[in-house]
Amino acid sequence: MASATTPGSVEPAARIRRRGPVSWVRDNVVTIAGLAAIAYLLLPNVVVTVLSFNDPVGRFNFSWNRFSLDAWLNPCAVAGMCEALGLSLQLAVLSTLAALVLGTLVAFALSRHRFRGRSSTNLLVFFPMATPEVVMGSSLLALFVNMRFPLGFSAILIAHIMFLISYVVVTVKARLAGLDPRLEQAAMDLYANERTTFWRITFPLVLPGIAAAGLLAFALSFDDFIITNFNAGAEVTFPMFVWGAAQRGMPPQVNVIGALMFILALLVVFSSEVARRRRARR
Amino acid sequence: MSVLAHAPAPGVAGPPPEPAAARPRARWVPYVLLAPGLVWLSFFFILPTITLVSTSLQTGSLATGYAQTFEFGNYTSAWSEFYPQLIRSFLYAGAATVAALVIAYPLAYTIAFKAGKYRNVLLVLVVAPFYTSFLLRTLAWKTILADNGIIVETMERLGILQLLSVVGLTADDRVLATPLAVITGLTYNFLPFMTLPLYASLERLDPRLVEAAGDLYASPFTAFRKVTFPLSLPGVVAGTLLTFIPAAGDYINASLLGSLPSTAMIGNVIDALFLRVLDYPRAAALSVTLMVIIVVMVAAYVRRAGTEELV
Repeated sequence: MASATTPGSVEPAARIRRRGPVSWVRDNVVTIAGLAAIAYLLLPNVVVTVLSFNDPVGRFNFSWNRFSLDAWLNPCAVAGMCEALGLSLQLAVLSTLAALVLGTLVAFALSRHRFRGRSSTNLLVFFPMATPEVVMGSSLLALFVNMRFPLGFSAILIAHIMFLISYVVVTVKARLAGLDPRLEQAAMDLYANERTTFWRITFPLVLPGIAAAGLLAFALSFDDFIITNFNAGAEVTFPMFVWGAAQRGMPPQVNVIGALMFILALLVVFSSEVARRRRARR
Repeated sequence: MSVLAHAPAPGVAGPPPEPAAARPRARWVPYVLLAPGLVWLSFFFILPTITLVSTSLQTGSLATGYAQTFEFGNYTSAWSEFYPQLIRSFLYAGAATVAALVIAYPLAYTIAFKAGKYRNVLLVLVVAPFYTSFLLRTLAWKTILADNGIIVETMERLGILQLLSVVGLTADDRVLATPLAVITGLTYNFLPFMTLPLYASLERLDPRLVEAAGDLYASPFTAFRKVTFPLSLPGVVAGTLLTFIPAAGDYINASLLGSLPSTAMIGNVIDALFLRVLDYPRAAALSVTLMVIIVVMVAAYVRRAGTEELV
C-alpha cells in the first residue's frame, strides 16, 4: 500500500496514462478549485493592503489613484482611530484570556468525562455559534437595560467572553480528541501521579490547541462589530470606527491598520511554524 | 497504577479504554470543570434569550414603560409588516450557503488530502483574513465589484451580467447595490465557518476506505458519491448550520454592498427597530422568530446525528 503516506492517491496511475495540460487540469481539478477558494478568501485582504498605499481622491478610498506612503508614516493622523484601536486590542486580550480558561475547562470535561447533562452541554456550547449576532447583541442589550447594568467596557467584555467560549471549546476539544490516551497511560505506568501526568504530558500536548484557540478568539473579538455595537454605549472600538468611517469618508489609515494586523498575524504564525519544523528536524 | 495494570485483561481486546473508564474518578470532577463556563453562558446567553422572549410579549413604549401582557400580536404584526425582508433573508442566506458549500468543499478536501506538509499553512490562510476587520474586507468588495472594474467588465463582455439581470440578481450593468453583491459578500464572510467543520470531518475520514472503493472498481466519482461524501455529512450539516442562520441574520453585507431598502434583510429591520425606532417588543419578536428557526434546524440535526459531532 504505497498510499499510506499520501492519502487520496487514487490519481497517480491516471496521471501516468494521460499527459498534457488538459489532462493535468482534469487530474488536479479539486486542488485547483481549492486554491481558487483560497484566492477568493484572500482577495479582499490584498485589496485592503494595496489601498493602504493609495493617495485617494475625495473622502473615500475605493479606487486607485497614486502610490503614497503617507498613511503608513502617519497612521494615527486620523482623530480617534488609534484610541479605538487601543480599546479593541485591550478588549481582545482580556476576553481571549478569560475565554481560554473557561473554554478549556469545558473542553476537558466534555472529552475526558462521561456525565449526566452531556448532550445539553454540547447544545449549550453550539448555540452561541449558530445564533445570528444581531439576536445575541439585542438580547444582551435587553438584559443589561433591564438590570440597569451600564453599557460600555465591561458590557462589551462580558459579551465577547460569552461568544468566544464556544469557539475555544470546539478548537481545544478537537485537539484533545486527536490525543493518544496511551501516552498518558504510559506516564502513569512509569509511576507519574495524576498531577505530574497532566502537567508533563497532557498539558504540553494540548497547548498547540489552546494556542490555536487563542489566535482564533483574539481575531473574533478584535473583529466583532454587531454585538459590540449593541452594548458599547459611548465607547468606540476599531470596527465601530470603521463603520463610522464607511459613512463619513474612509482615510487610508484605516487600511493601514487592517493590513498591519493581517501581516503581523501571518508573521507570528509562520515564524512559529518555521521554528517548529527546525526543532522537529534536529 | 502499576505496570501490571496495563497487561490486557482476559477477554478484553481492541483499543485501550478511555482513561475516564480506566480510572474511576470522583463524580463531581466534570461538574467543577464545567461550572465556570456554563455559569457564564447561562447568565449571558440563556438569561438574555429568556429576557428577549419576555420582551417580545410586552406592550407599551419607551415613554410609558413596558408591561408583560403576553401580546402575541407583536409577532403577527411584525410578520405581516416585514415578511418581504424575512423571505429575502432566507433566499439570500440559502443562496450564500449553497455557494459556500460548493466553494468550501474542494477547499476542505484539498487541505485534508492534497496539501501534505502545507496543510497547516492552508489552514492558517483560511483563518488569517479574520485579522483584517471584516467591515474593511466587506468594503473591499466595493472595489473588486466596481462598475468599471475587471470583473464586472468581463462579466458584461461574456454576457453573464445580462443573463443574471434577467433572473433579477443584478440590474443596469452593475453588480454593486444588487442582490448578487449581497450574496457574494455573505458567501465570502461565512466561508471559513463552512470550511472548518467540513475539514474536521474530512480529516477524520480514513483514506483507505476510498482506496477500497477504488479497488472494488468504483470510479473516482462513484467513490466520492458513495464513500467520501456520506462520511463527510456531519461536517456538511454543521457547516450549513453555522452559515445559514448567521447569514440570514446579517445586515452588514446588505447595508454596505446592497442598496437599502431594496436589499434590506431581517437583520437590518431588527437593528433599526432596536436602535433607532426603539420598538423593542416587535424587534424582539423578529429575533425570537430567527431563534426558533435555529432551534428547529438544530433539533432536526440532533435527532439524526446526536450532539457529539456538533462541537
